[in-house]
Amino acid sequence: MEQYEPDRLTPVQAAAMRRSLRNGRAAMTRRSLLRASAGGALTVGGLGALTGCGIPAAGKTQGGTSAQDHSAQEKVVNFSNWTEYIDVDDSGKHHPTLETFRRRTGITVKYTEDINDNNEFFGKIKPQLAAGQATGRDLMVLTDWLAARVIRLGWVQKLDPSNLRHAYTNLSSQFRDPDWDPGRAYSYPWQGIPTVIAYNKKALDGVEVRSVSDLLDNPKLKGRVSFLSEMRDSIGMTLLDMGKDPAKFTDDDFDAVVARLQKAVDKGQIRRFTGNDYTSDLTKGDIAACVAWAGDVVQLKADSPDVDFVIPDSGYMTSTDNLLVPNKARHKTNAERLIDFYYEPEQAAELAAYINYATPVDGVKPYLAKIDKDAANNPLIVPDKAMQARSHSFRSLSQKEETAYEEKFAKLTGA
Amino acid sequence: MSTLQEAPPPLATAEPAKKSPRGRGRLTPYWLLLPGLLWLVVFFALPMIYQASTSVQTGSLEDGYKVTWHFATYWDALVEYWPQFLRSVLYAAAATVLCLLLGYPLAYLIAFRAGRWRNLIMVLVIAPFFTSFLIRTLAWKTILADSGPVVHALNSLHVLDLTSWIGWTSGDRVLATPLAVVCGLTYNFLPFMILPLYTSLERIDGRLHEAAGDLYAKPSTTFRKVTFPLSMPGVVSGTLLTFIPAAGDYVNAELLGSTDTRMIGNVIQTQFLRILDYPTAAALSFILMAAILLMVTVYIRRSGTEDLV
Repeated sequence: MEQYEPDRLTPVQAAAMRRSLRNGRAAMTRRSLLRASAGGALTVGGLGALTGCGIPAAGKTQGGTSAQDHSAQEKVVNFSNWTEYIDVDDSGKHHPTLETFRRRTGITVKYTEDINDNNEFFGKIKPQLAAGQATGRDLMVLTDWLAARVIRLGWVQKLDPSNLRHAYTNLSSQFRDPDWDPGRAYSYPWQGIPTVIAYNKKALDGVEVRSVSDLLDNPKLKGRVSFLSEMRDSIGMTLLDMGKDPAKFTDDDFDAVVARLQKAVDKGQIRRFTGNDYTSDLTKGDIAACVAWAGDVVQLKADSPDVDFVIPDSGYMTSTDNLLVPNKARHKTNAERLIDFYYEPEQAAELAAYINYATPVDGVKPYLAKIDKDAANNPLIVPDKAMQARSHSFRSLSQKEETAYEEKFAKLTGA
Repeated sequence: MSTLQEAPPPLATAEPAKKSPRGRGRLTPYWLLLPGLLWLVVFFALPMIYQASTSVQTGSLEDGYKVTWHFATYWDALVEYWPQFLRSVLYAAAATVLCLLLGYPLAYLIAFRAGRWRNLIMVLVIAPFFTSFLIRTLAWKTILADSGPVVHALNSLHVLDLTSWIGWTSGDRVLATPLAVVCGLTYNFLPFMILPLYTSLERIDGRLHEAAGDLYAKPSTTFRKVTFPLSMPGVVSGTLLTFIPAAGDYVNAELLGSTDTRMIGNVIQTQFLRILDYPTAAALSFILMAAILLMVTVYIRRSGTEDLV
């Protein structure tokens, strides 16, 4: 975990580099470099420069986690979220809940939709957070596994419970105790994302789909089934189908699931592993049935009468997108007040009415019913107790497991 | 083709003014080079050095990566992912050949026969670039949809039976098969083939065709002996501009392909973003670069043309 100290160039090498910089074309030939480094340890002197690079340990955070909190003086909070993941008014420019927050607290939310993909966003914030620098963000939304990783790496700040009274009271019981953040010390869910099986009635043409087994085994669906490229959702649903618990499975269970999926890939049953792009395939009928995210399904159902969903008897997976305060955030208290604001059932209802994912806030139903009766009765948006009981989550993985599993899953999906 | 020649300045006046303009003049090329050089250093040389370094590091995200000169990464990556390498080269080559077959007649038409339509056709060739690469690729999902007219027509002509038999498609669909990926690549890189071809063809002196005709060459002979050889620079640079980006592309394989059509670009993306195995990702990039460089060198040597366009 210590800072890497680059090997120094030998004086002869340094002189050759300097010469090469001064004399343009004459100097930096392979031969002059070879000559220059002949006395050194390296055979090819130019490569000495390579040793200077190195990627410092990601967990290393210099100079503590918290910056001075400027919340009192600067009435702003910088909020990074996924695209189309908040309420908007008809003009498409304003976010009513954020305006309400500003009116009530005087805090302006600088809202940026700059997250499109967990992996890419991680790549974006990694250099700053690894170096212990500010990201310019006070609040960001990451999916479980990435939230777990940044907590593990020590890149996010512990939240102050005294600012989170509503959040503490109203957080739905199914999200209270994830094994990667027991008791929610660092994170609060923004939305829950149920993973279900979606199908196109017309494309199915009478074939019944009730479980992951149907997807994998029914020869009538050959080449018209898709799974998600998100490892935890595809593996989790198949684990459940095989009678295993995604919250405590073993390496052998994982391998068994991969083998089962591999068999389906080999015989051409699974057409593709997809991101969000399964939605157009499903409405067109190119895909007859697939593992899908509930938020998409609610939207697709509204747009196309042929699309519907089923929750397998073995249960379904729910992941969450979580609000986190990164290290060195300038406005931590403001960020916490915003989290707490969204845990008031009234505000959560506004949000739920717009974005179609599962709300993590208890007591939303009566408020949501006032805005949208259908949404309030939709178990994918407001999960009832029976629904919650069938929901499962994927256990957190150690870094070693994560690498090994992602590698196996990548093989399964072609690379 | 200017025939003007500057007269040498009289010696007497040149003497006193000699020093400053000459001195500045000598440096001018370097000043002009500076922006380009800086660009190359910052956005090409430095990232390359960084990548090269990454490829010989070992470690993990949490413990950091250190340069350990672990060259075995290269060999391991090659052994593990050679099928994807081979596939990338095959798909890119197929797309390049298709681009040439489609692009040459069109470029010929624009250069010699289009007359006043020339500009319009050129605009039409470039027009797809006004929309995003992703949108253009996604459009192919609609074009090739299972229940769409294209697939229906191909099915009723029994073309898909044939392509299935040789492994380009599977069942009675085109999407999520190698054929779809090659179609996407061909479509997306076609303008890169047409433009250099057109530039090359357009420069050919029309009188050469007349001369060939006067010497009793048939039109086909004229094309074989005059037009095509003179357009070789365009053919070479067109194929390079198509083949190189196509070999590294991952979007088409991602959106139009399936598990058995993943190209090396997909592997690099997965290694870098999902598995976070930066050394392997960097090594794969270098192997791809080296392979392309080697193929391109051999190709240019054999094509027997010095200038590109």
